[in-house]
Amino acid sequence: MRLLLGTLFAFVVAALVGLGTTYFALSRGAAFGALTIGSWTAWPKSGTEDADPYARATIARTGQLPMALGDGVSFSALTDDKGKILDGRCTVVVSGVTPAARYWTLTLYNAGGELVANSVGRYGFTSEEILRNADGSFAITVAPRANPGNWLPSGGIERYSLVLRFYDTAIGVATRASREVPMPSIKTRSCA
Amino acid sequence: MIRWLLLLLAGALLGGIVHLATVMALPRTATQDAYSRLSANAPVNTVVTLPMPTPDKAVMPLMDPAFISAVCRYDLSKGPLKLTVPVGPVYTSVSFYTRFDVAYYAINDRAAGRRIIELDLMTPEQHNEMPEQEDVTAADRLIVESPTPTGLIALRTLAPEPGLMPMARAALAGARCEQQDLAKMTRDQ
Repeated sequence: MRLLLGTLFAFVVAALVGLGTTYFALSRGAAFGALTIGSWTAWPKSGTEDADPYARATIARTGQLPMALGDGVSFSALTDDKGKILDGRCTVVVSGVTPAARYWTLTLYNAGGELVANSVGRYGFTSEEILRNADGSFAITVAPRANPGNWLPSGGIERYSLVLRFYDTAIGVATRASREVPMPSIKTRSCA
Repeated sequence: MIRWLLLLLAGALLGGIVHLATVMALPRTATQDAYSRLSANAPVNTVVTLPMPTPDKAVMPLMDPAFISAVCRYDLSKGPLKLTVPVGPVYTSVSFYTRFDVAYYAINDRAAGRRIIELDLMTPEQHNEMPEQEDVTAADRLIVESPTPTGLIALRTLAPEPGLMPMARAALAGARCEQQDLAKMTRDQ
């Protein structure tokens, strides 16, 4: 009886630990080889044949097609530079310059990776659409209400993610965070 | 007391194995991965333009709304595939994925260096069966080897502003992925 109870106990612990860590790892999108610059993170290796088992499992679970490294690199941000969760009810400014790439796009998604409905039907910007300052830098205002300049509607949702994709770029598996990869800053200005 | 601690340790170790096993097995058991999602609407060896993602409906999560996308779900078991993609207004890329959605190759319009991206997709076995031709250089004929007999090709072309969407759509509408007869290909050379 004691043996049976003990074995049962060990199996329950195994199931809890095993499935719990798997769920936790995949919902956090854990994979090796993350490239983090400011609040932006990319997994260049996940877009290659060398993608590790965690990357593969995450890809299968979310149902996305990862960006192939020969196509470009995709950076995502869930927080601002101070680590505050991106909140659609706040005014958030994404500003600065980007690393060299032929084109880039910035897109706003909800937690499920879906686009966020808004009155003007704008879901993101491309590098060609953006209004720039004289020195080539830019500022995009992510806010629930219309703003002058580059306004990206947040739809007022509680939390969102920003995805910055660089197409045809030299950023790759060997890239390290440095001055050659200047990523725009993300700052929360005010909250409604 | 020690007995229970040992059992806890054994359980945790076993849990580690369960964790690794579930992570490894997930891609093979997932029913909502990109390949499965696309299987319903994408017939084999045909280019299908995907509807633009909207807040209400998207074929896959995290699609880039600035792009027109198309897929070709391929099956190389009956022979290699010839892929032809006319280049869009500014940027066009072709990415290759295995059955389990792992990207193994990608090329863009600039790397292809032409107004049309043309390549042959085949399994390593089919590649080996092809006779070596010294006058056919790699640049003339791009051959991509697929690690799995089935998989996905994603064709994507950028519309840098909404006004260029129709142009991008028209370019992808001319894309073809067609099954080749291996015996005929060898004869033609």
